[in-house]
Amino acid sequence: MRRIGREPQAWLLIMPMLAIMVVVTGYPLVSTFRLSFTDATLTGRIAGFHWVGWENFRYVFSDPDFGDAFLRTLYFTFVSVASEILLGVLVALLMDCDFVGRSVVRALLVLPWALPTIVNAMMWRLIYNPGYGSLNALLLQLGLIEQYQSWLGDPDLTMNMVILADVWKNYTLVALIVLAALQTIPRELFQAAAIDGAGPWTRFWKITFPHILGPLTVVLILRMIEAFKVFDIMYLMTRGGPADATKTVSFFVYQESFAYLRAGSGASYAVTVALTSGVMIAVYITLLRQREGRA
Amino acid sequence: MNRFSGWVAGLGLAVLAGVLAPSLASAEDVTLNALFMKQAAYSEDDIRAMTTDFEKANAGIKVNLEFVPYEALHDKIVAAQGSGASGYDVVLYDVIWPAEFATHGFLQDVTSRIPESQSAQVFDGAWTTVTYDNKRWGMPWILDTKYLFYNTEMLQKAGIASPPHTWAELAADAKIIKDKGIVKFPIVWSWAQAEALICDYTTLVAAYQGNFFENGKPSFDSGGALEAIEYMDKSLKDGLTDPHSREYLEEDVRKVFSNGDAAFALNWTYMYNMANDPKESKVVGKVGIVPAPGVEGKAPASAVNGSMALGITANSGHADDAWKYITFITSQPVQNKYAKLSLPIWKSSYEDPAVTGGQESLIAAAKQSIADLYPRPTTVSYQELSAILQKRIQEVLLGKSSPEDAMKQAAKDAERLH
Repeated sequence: MRRIGREPQAWLLIMPMLAIMVVVTGYPLVSTFRLSFTDATLTGRIAGFHWVGWENFRYVFSDPDFGDAFLRTLYFTFVSVASEILLGVLVALLMDCDFVGRSVVRALLVLPWALPTIVNAMMWRLIYNPGYGSLNALLLQLGLIEQYQSWLGDPDLTMNMVILADVWKNYTLVALIVLAALQTIPRELFQAAAIDGAGPWTRFWKITFPHILGPLTVVLILRMIEAFKVFDIMYLMTRGGPADATKTVSFFVYQESFAYLRAGSGASYAVTVALTSGVMIAVYITLLRQREGRA
Repeated sequence: MNRFSGWVAGLGLAVLAGVLAPSLASAEDVTLNALFMKQAAYSEDDIRAMTTDFEKANAGIKVNLEFVPYEALHDKIVAAQGSGASGYDVVLYDVIWPAEFATHGFLQDVTSRIPESQSAQVFDGAWTTVTYDNKRWGMPWILDTKYLFYNTEMLQKAGIASPPHTWAELAADAKIIKDKGIVKFPIVWSWAQAEALICDYTTLVAAYQGNFFENGKPSFDSGGALEAIEYMDKSLKDGLTDPHSREYLEEDVRKVFSNGDAAFALNWTYMYNMANDPKESKVVGKVGIVPAPGVEGKAPASAVNGSMALGITANSGHADDAWKYITFITSQPVQNKYAKLSLPIWKSSYEDPAVTGGQESLIAAAKQSIADLYPRPTTVSYQELSAILQKRIQEVLLGKSSPEDAMKQAAKDAERLH
């Protein structure tokens, strides 16, 4: 090993992982892209499949339901990610303070994040149940509602309730990452700022925020990608209902491919979703680089 | 170095033994993978008991059972096609899927495996579950429809002498019960955005003698089909139907009824004995059952065909053994033994005291309903049609659209389907 240079050595060591990635990620990606231009069915038993060019994509963009779902998914992404960031930062700031039992609470923070999405979705479905759910019971006992509500049955309310369930699970990731970043801030900075007459708000903006911006950006992008692709929590809690109120773009991919057995069409929806995610991330990273360049 | 190589050798031998052992043990054993449904009809315990009996009678065949919720059944069967021979051998499928599955080649044609003598012994409604394109794609197993369940005590309190025979009577009875304050929302349904909604809707369409398609064109925006949705809408607006029904599936309907929170419910056979089970229900002994109501001057009763069948998957490597399993659990003796949660497909079973004992009212209702099963459209793109109808009907039930507008939109969407 000593005779091979540093760079070829690095490539050699990365090769196995790259090979796996090409097979596991690259091949399906190329295959999906290719499928999106055909009219393939999931089994291919119906007279093979034919090249249809942009036909599938034309269908995707002319589908009014898909347009609605797109806006809905954007709403879900922005509201849930914003809530997670806000809640996560606040909780992280709280965890940074000294109080009795702090280490216990910090450890508990991992639990919602560690919960599998399926378990989370089923748990919240039970909490929201209109007949015997604990949310209804709590609000009734507190006198905030007069009778048990149908939280997942009202199309205007359902999306927000699903967002609540998703935020509850994911804000702890933000909190933990921001908390780790907060630990790197030297305490003397705060003391010096206080002596100079800076209030808490100024101390946050000038000292804390620049330090957590880096990790916060990373977790923001991560959460945005995942939120745009959201499928499992919707499928489990409401199956896209009521009246399509929680049907997101990934639902169309699933439905076209597995329920309607149109693999080609499903692939075109998938490509559209992936490209949109890509554009969103590119825009965001550019904006952030500009900001960092200025600061 | 010596100790290390000793460890490696030992580990290697252990791995080798682990790999060889299963293949040495029973080279003759055939393992079948079977996919079933979790709720409604036969319980998991029943199916496991049937399978154990089969394995005892057929040494050398083992059956792996898998249970999924009904809503996942279709997609699971579709997704398993990719597994080839290591996927499922036997699958339970719904009456609405043979057109799709046969066309896409998911099931094996078993027309030649079914003896001619059996055709007359099994109900016609059961055969439609497996027939498409003049071929048979499986053996019927669950013969089911939705019945009208009613709480006998509540009807008594309201002074109603006999259960309703028409939907109009049902609405009138429900109003009496509501006005007397016996229960806030007398009727509960399974109107979540799922196939369960279409089953309830189809029951009403059958009663109003409506059609899904007429001369190849969608006709849910007129005639009996429109009256069906108008009935659903009105019962909500009049406060007779529990508004939470719009979130419920069949299990929720069963729980609400069994808790004594509803006077009328529409549900499958399985609810009858579960609502009379002291471990599951608070209304034991107060459960009445009749065929789903009809409409004056149109149909005397209504019954949606909710049957299911067992088929051999196209990719199965053990078709003959799979057929042995299917024949066993669909046989009359086995079906008669487990007739408490799902009724047999065999005509003569309904005269057998072993089957009818303890559930006479269910059998009486079944005899009438099974004779008149109403099918949902048998089209290759049924899943898509169902999704369109589910969405539009929900829009009406949630007050987002009028019945006419929603159904017109549904008809327009459905026209794009082949």
